[in-house]
Amino acid sequence: MTAKIAYDEVEVGTELPAQSFPVTRATLVQYAGASGDFNPIHWNEKFAREVGLPDVIAHGMFTMAEAIRVVTDWTGDPAAVVEYGVRFTKPVVVPNDDEGAVIEVSAKVAAKLDDQQVRVDLVATSAGQKVLGMSRAVVKLA
Amino acid sequence: MALDQSFVGRTYPPTAPYEVGREKIREFAEAIGDANSAYTDQEAAKALGHPDVIAPPTFVFAITFKAAGQVIEDPQLGLDYSRVVHGDQKFAYTRPVRAGDRLSVTSTIEAIKSLAGNDILDIRGEVHDETGEHVVTAWTKLVSRAPEEA
Repeated sequence: MTAKIAYDEVEVGTELPAQSFPVTRATLVQYAGASGDFNPIHWNEKFAREVGLPDVIAHGMFTMAEAIRVVTDWTGDPAAVVEYGVRFTKPVVVPNDDEGAVIEVSAKVAAKLDDQQVRVDLVATSAGQKVLGMSRAVVKLA
Repeated sequence: MALDQSFVGRTYPPTAPYEVGREKIREFAEAIGDANSAYTDQEAAKALGHPDVIAPPTFVFAITFKAAGQVIEDPQLGLDYSRVVHGDQKFAYTRPVRAGDRLSVTSTIEAIKSLAGNDILDIRGEVHDETGEHVVTAWTKLVSRAPEEA
């Protein structure tokens, strides 16, 4: 494990570079195939509306996968992630157009722990709404 | 109807090994648009100290969720899966998943709660490789929403 960020160089409040992740219907079809999650709420508008959703929604696990990229891009080595947890609070609604939706992710160091580890708190929003709650990672730095 | 509390603590038999393929990791990394070379380039992964390419942190969910199917589909438990949404997800990693791993999952029902007519089920999946080394633990919270008529 070789994180490129040193524990001594970060403080509580240190912000990680924020990122925006676009998601279209094509993205969701590709993710369904790669993950094996073919639930039609992620690609079939008619089905999604019948079960009470406003439209097709992104896989929660897709959003979770995008959010942690802010951390893994920061550390360089994805193996620096020791723990990662989220609560799925709101769905990311993905309209059937060229633009789709955008997931905005910001993160900052919330606590310095023992053993060169820090807790990073993440905020993920889409269309102005928080889509992940209690989104936290424990990361081992160099 | 609330789920039977006597299922709390029940552990299901380990799943048959899932062999993690290099191209499957690549496919997953491409699907999430992540160009980190540790996922696709063996030399880049080795430069970080890994024996082979590693998988993105959430990759293992596909394996643990499939294993959780033993619980979800247990007719004795009687969960109405058509009403289930994914509430929380958490992972604790001993090491990253890597190409060539043969992973087995042992699922345990950690908790069953009933809240405002919703059934809340916490499943813990312990993932081990074929040498018995612990790789990752996945906690999955599923919420089965109460029927509207109730």
